[in-house]
Amino acid sequence: MKNFDKKEFSVHPVGCSTMPIYYDESLCIGCNRCADTCQCDILLPNPEKGKPPIVMYPGECYYCGACVMVCPRKGAITLEHPLMNQAKFVPSIPQKNIFEEK
Amino acid sequence: MQEYKWPYANEVGEKEEAACDVLVLGGGLAGCFAAIAAARKGKSVILVEKGKTEHSGSAGTGFDHWESACTNPCSEVTPEEIAWAYVHEQDGYSNGIAHYIECREGYDRLLDLESFGGKIRDTEDEFTGAAFRDEKTKLMFAYDYKNRFTLRVWGSTFKPALVKAMKKLGVKIYDRTEATALLTTVENGRKRGVGAMGMDVRTGKFRIFRAKTTVLTMSRPARVWLFNSDTVGLCEFRPLQSIGSGHAMGYRAGMEFTMMEKSVRAEFSAAGRSFPPYGAGNNHNTWYAATMVDARGVEIPYVDRDGNELKTVLERYMPAKGQKFFLKGGVIDNPKYEYRGPETLDFEELIKRGYTLPFYADLSRMPEEERRVIWGVMVGEEGKTKIPILENYTKRGFDPQKHMLQSYGTGWQSANFLEQERQLFGAPGGIMHDWDLKTNIDGIYAAGDQLYASDCAGFACATGYYAGRKAAEQAEHSTLSEYAVSQVEAEMERLYAPLYADKANGVSWKELNMAIAKAMQNYCGGVKCDALLREGLDLLQSYKKDIVPRLTCENPHDLMRTHEVLDILTVSELILNACLLRRESSQPLCFKRTDSSQMEKQGKHIVIRMEDGEIRSREVSLDFFGDLKTEYEKQNADYIYEKQNADYIKEVAGLEEL
Repeated sequence: MKNFDKKEFSVHPVGCSTMPIYYDESLCIGCNRCADTCQCDILLPNPEKGKPPIVMYPGECYYCGACVMVCPRKGAITLEHPLMNQAKFVPSIPQKNIFEEK
Repeated sequence: MQEYKWPYANEVGEKEEAACDVLVLGGGLAGCFAAIAAARKGKSVILVEKGKTEHSGSAGTGFDHWESACTNPCSEVTPEEIAWAYVHEQDGYSNGIAHYIECREGYDRLLDLESFGGKIRDTEDEFTGAAFRDEKTKLMFAYDYKNRFTLRVWGSTFKPALVKAMKKLGVKIYDRTEATALLTTVENGRKRGVGAMGMDVRTGKFRIFRAKTTVLTMSRPARVWLFNSDTVGLCEFRPLQSIGSGHAMGYRAGMEFTMMEKSVRAEFSAAGRSFPPYGAGNNHNTWYAATMVDARGVEIPYVDRDGNELKTVLERYMPAKGQKFFLKGGVIDNPKYEYRGPETLDFEELIKRGYTLPFYADLSRMPEEERRVIWGVMVGEEGKTKIPILENYTKRGFDPQKHMLQSYGTGWQSANFLEQERQLFGAPGGIMHDWDLKTNIDGIYAAGDQLYASDCAGFACATGYYAGRKAAEQAEHSTLSEYAVSQVEAEMERLYAPLYADKANGVSWKELNMAIAKAMQNYCGGVKCDALLREGLDLLQSYKKDIVPRLTCENPHDLMRTHEVLDILTVSELILNACLLRRESSQPLCFKRTDSSQMEKQGKHIVIRMEDGEIRSREVSLDFFGDLKTEYEKQNADYIYEKQNADYIKEVAGLEEL
């Protein structure tokens, strides 16, 4: 059988036009639960222990929210859709509500 | 750019073998239920998942409604009524077998989920008195409040609950493991599945799984026509990692597919011409039946199938006069008159009457429970909504009592795709199977989105469990078969090749995906003809010959992405070949030929497979599955008996409690 020599792997952040995930370093405890859960495996553990993971592949985020859902420190991770996807909302226009029987 | 040390071990070239009775490839809802069914039958089970099973798959972070739960205690419809309605609605191009399984067994799976710790009813009494709630069972319904066969559920609780249940049953889960090829052999002149191969997507370790039977539950293809190299994760509706590898490995192994020529003008791609699912104002699916208003704040009327304007919100959830039930949901867009439910007036009619764009969804005008259940349960429990929609919009100040949310474009979809921008959506093609959900390769079963004409969560869970049950039955009477070492050697070489290609002359997976998507838009777009389709195949052949050997990558993560695109390439060939085989245009398949004036009169399956590099096909009549109830009961006497027994035991236990 063919021999597969172990070439050294390299990895560097692959930039894109959006940044889906921000960490609040004052809240993050570097537990890597988010990196462990991310379906797309875009987060890699930080070589510095206790620091937030590196968002290595931001363009591959599919914005499912699992990272935030498993995070033990509320507010440590912010997941936000790109600017172009922020739908607009405005105050409702008051009108006699025909369903006010409630 | 900062270089980092790869944080995981380097295990390239290392091999590990594991064996089991039943092997499940894919850890979404269908896969989890397949594993559970087989483990309950006492089988040793391995489940292989590319992500992490706890939150993987289309329902990884939730889903909000469960369709066709016809056997729930409040249902006013029978499994036969709904399953046949789907068959008729889709002009026979429906998966009668799988839909009937969903209608017949779906509610059993929901009860399973509850027993595992998932939430399926309003146990906290947050909606007491609401029109969509049954006070006795606390079940909550969507769409048709009269017939009560679609349930509102708290799907974000389901995947973690399923993982716990699998662990309890002793299922061995291999997370972060990409299944890449099936192991097959020939026994008594028939092809037989004997396991699968794959690799650890963090370390590169090669894995061999030997199994008596195998269940394929690896979603459906994506990124065939739609690709954006910048925001790759937003290209499609389903998860980034669900790109059709199960289809690709099946096709390479000689598996039969049908309806792969069907594609629809795209509906969702948050990387471009639409918004994040459920994140813009609309009144469909998760948002049904939200009040819509125009730019002036004038309410947009809902009408029944006869065009009568509805006066109350409650009427939007009721069948029309003389109609038994209506259909709405994942794959039902604009149903035939017979099944058509309440809907807002057509856009053209609205403009004629002076309604003005943009439109908005305005929950503030709805009864309080309807508002709270749409914004808070449905938006929140549906996948990809809890954090990026519900939590973020709330943070931005959105209050459904005070604000209305904008719709984009001219309809509820907030999408505006070109005809050549296509997707496998709306009950697309997939694996052909028999009443056991078995494929043409002996010992290999399929479920969920890998089946042809699949749709939602209930479909995935019900067919997953069913396939797992049948795979366990066959495993009972089988032994582990040997595999040919040459298959392993060839797959290892194929898998690792991009790690060793010449980097100076290298091509990235993104460049290849971009090229495939453009080729498919050009040669397999809204209109088809032989010359175009053949051009497309030629171009893909040249990519295979000239570009694939030049693909390079830096680490196992890149290697995983590279193989995803190789699978997209395989699936694109499958689609082009399937298109070539269909000679006439077909409306139900959204298939339009310019080189034939014939419109199909009698629909048929054109089943395709590849054998020794050659395309083989056969025709199968659309009603090949026979009478749904009769055939199901013939095949599932054991399940029916077990269920009756369990119900009887419950009844006796209930009597004792009294």
